[in-house]
Parts: sequence; C-alpha cells; structure tokens
Amino acid sequence: MIEIDNLHKKFGKNEVLKGIDLTIDSGGIFAVLGPNGSGKTTLIKSILGMVVPNDGIIKLNGASIKQSWEYRNDIDYLPQIANFPGNLTVKELIKMIKDLRSNKTADDERLIDLFKLQPFLDKKLNNLSGGTKQKVNLVLTFMFDSPLVILDEPTTGLDPISHIRLKELITAEKQKGKTILITSHIMSFVEEISDEIVFLLEGKIYFRGSIADLKTKTEQPDFEHAIASMLSSSYA
Amino acid sequence: MLKILKYSFFDLMRSRWSYVYFLFYLLLGIVLLFLNNDLSKAVITLMNVIIILVPLIGTIFGVMYYYNSKEFTELLLAQPVKRSSIFLGQYLGVALSLSMSLIIGLGLPFVFYGIFNSGAIWDFSLLLVTGAFLTLIFTALAFVIALANENKIKGFGYAILLWLFMAVIYDGIFLMSLVYFEEYPLDTFSLVATMLNPVDLSRVLILLKLDISALLGYTGAVFQKFFGTNFGFILSSLLLVIWVAVPTFFIQHMAKRKDF
Repeated sequence: MIEIDNLHKKFGKNEVLKGIDLTIDSGGIFAVLGPNGSGKTTLIKSILGMVVPNDGIIKLNGASIKQSWEYRNDIDYLPQIANFPGNLTVKELIKMIKDLRSNKTADDERLIDLFKLQPFLDKKLNNLSGGTKQKVNLVLTFMFDSPLVILDEPTTGLDPISHIRLKELITAEKQKGKTILITSHIMSFVEEISDEIVFLLEGKIYFRGSIADLKTKTEQPDFEHAIASMLSSSYA
Repeated sequence: MLKILKYSFFDLMRSRWSYVYFLFYLLLGIVLLFLNNDLSKAVITLMNVIIILVPLIGTIFGVMYYYNSKEFTELLLAQPVKRSSIFLGQYLGVALSLSMSLIIGLGLPFVFYGIFNSGAIWDFSLLLVTGAFLTLIFTALAFVIALANENKIKGFGYAILLWLFMAVIYDGIFLMSLVYFEEYPLDTFSLVATMLNPVDLSRVLILLKLDISALLGYTGAVFQKFFGTNFGFILSSLLLVIWVAVPTFFIQHMAKRKDF
C-alpha cells in the first residue's frame, strides 16, 4: 500500500527525517511512535504531500505521489491540532468538505449521531471547546470511506465515552480491510488497538514489529516499560 | 479552483471589512459628486484617491487574509485539491471581492447621478478598470510576500514597505533623477520609468484619458504622443496584465514547494 524509500527532510538546519525506509501493506492498524520531535508528524505530512521531502520516494499503491494530488482521494486524514476556519459553523464546514470531495458518499449523519454533535451544528467553530472541535475533526475524517486512514493524535481532548466510541470506530474501519496509520502518546491506547508498531527515533526507524516482538526484544513484561527501555537505552 | 474561489469569496463577503470598504467608496462617491457637482472633476479627484488607496488596501487585505486563513489552507491541503488551486483560488477570492467593493461602491452614486448620459462614462470606466487592475496586482504581490514569510509581523512590514515604495518613494526617486539629470534628454527614461511602476502607469493612463495632459507640460506632450496612440494604450494595458501575471506565477511556484 505505502512504500517509502530513503526519505529525507530538513527544516533549515534541523534534519528531521534521516532516511526512512518503510513498507506498509494493506489492512491493519499501524502505530507510529516516538518521542517528541522524532519526526512522526513530518512523516505523515510527507505522505499527505503537505511537506515536500528533500530526498526519497513515496509511493502509494505503486504510484509516486510527487506533484500529484488525486491520490488524496484515497486518504482520510485527522490533523493533530484541529484548526478550522473560525467563522464557519459546524454544518457549513461539513458541507464544504463534502463539496470538495463530491465524488464520494459521505456518512456524516451517523457520525454526528455517534459523537452527539447535533446541538453544535449551528455553532461557529470558534466557540467550540477543544474536545468538541476534535469530535468535529473525527466526523470530517471518518465520514468518507477511503482505504487509507491517517490519524495524528486522535485521542487529544476526548472524554472517556468518546474515547471508547473512537476505539470502536477504528476497529470497525479495520474490519472493512482498511489500512490505518496512528500516532499517539497514550501507550495503553496504542497497545489495545494496534497490530504493528513503527518506532521512530531521531529521524530513523528504530524498531518495527508487533508489540509481542518488542516485549521479547527489550525483555520487559509490559508495553509502556518496553518503550521506556528502548528510549533510555538509546539515550544512554 | 472554482470551489476554493467560491468559499474564499463568500467568506470575505460575510466579513465586516468588505462592507466597510464598500461603504467607504459609496460615501466617497456621494460626497465628491455633491461637492463638485461635475462628473469630470469628480473623476479626477477620485483618481488621486484610488491610485494611492487601492494598492494600500489590496496589500493589507491580501497579507491579512493569507495569515488569517492559515487554518483553512491547512485543512484544504489534506484534501484532494491541487495545491496551486488552493492559493490561486484564495488570491482571486480576495482580489475579486475587493474589486467588487470598489466597482459597486463607486459605481452606484455615479449611476444615480447620471453617468450613462454623460461624456465622462469612458473616463469613469477606465478609472474603475485601472482600480481593479491595481487591486489584482497588489493583492498578488501581498500573497507572494506572505508566502515567503512565515512571520506575520515581518510579512506585514514588507507589504507596507512595498506599498510605500510603489506609491511614494518611487515617485520621489523618479523626480530627483529628473532634476539631477536635467541636462540630458529624459523622454525615454521618464516613459520607461513610468511604465515600470503600476501606480504611475495607471495615473498617467487616466490623466491622458481625461485630456488634461496640458497640465503635464512638455513631458505631457511626449506622453500624449506615446500613450495617446493605440500602440501606447495597448502596450500599457499589456504591462498591467504582466504586472498581474508575474506575481501570480510566483504564487503558484512558491506554493508548490512550501512545507505546511
């Protein structure tokens, strides 16, 4: 599904990605982990074409994404910080995004219902709380039925009920055979849902495999400690 | 691109500032007409206001809109939309809504005053067309500046400097060089220097159309000889178009390689 070959990205003097090679096959939930500033978001934004890499090739379904935009029809993306144009209402925003992807059927009604967003539909986005904005963000992401779903910190600001709904939603999407890419700092969440993890450290892939592999490799009984031990051994 | 243009345009149409801008021109038109009671004179006064004010508003609005719609841009970038369409759509949205405020705001009082039955109709139309061109040019330049500067304050600073240079400093340098080199033949120099600055070019175009080039003295005669002909008129129109096309090209070019 996604093939990344020797990806490099610099912001000024700061080299964020130092040669990423990664192949992700269709189907399953992949968690991209790593400490702050390890290049998770940059990697995701490169796949989306929001960041232009200095070097390397990214292919989606066999075709290079360079200078192309049509491939984004196959991607649903949840940005890390829900920044929306403030003077639009929730309804208008949903309508606008639907209009931009008019070749797809949107399933917004069900999601609005799921996250109980009806009372906010006519409110302006500026006046919403952080958690509600994140719910709107989730509706916008999940309302289209694309084969690749990219979620950057999906749990930020969500209350426990929405958190559970989100997990159910992700599992349901996986059952449809979709590829889901997630970044998160909440280890319990990652452990619960992901099939495989990709651990980034200082712009390189430090570990890739299942959580069980990670536990054996680091000789730690639980996931959180395994990650911590990986970090401390690399810092040492 | 048309979809982005539509959203930017409606977004701006709902903003307070478009109305303030529109009402300002409406008021200006009405006041000038009632003070002057003469269409041609009103057009001349308007020209002086438009030549300075339109570039200023275009620059400031362009920069402001770019920085304010950052969130909107980021949202669009993840959607299946071509990058250049996003920025060109936003640019045209700003430029067209500003031009509309100008044309409708000034047009209404003049229409009610009876511009259609007067000889000043062509002068007035030329005034509006140059005004629209200046809006397109300076909004495009503002977008280029904003794209090149992540920092808002810097972007605003450069934009204001650009306006100051084009509208004020350029003329100063021009005049000083005319005085300094007065011993030499300066016809070609002044022609070229005028044509290289869209503000000056618009001013001269309108002045000549108004048949008051006698006020310009000897230079006026030279200018009349050049701009008065069809060739001069076409060349200056072409230059205005180039002034729109070049920054637009840069918007597209810069948008392609920027990281978000």
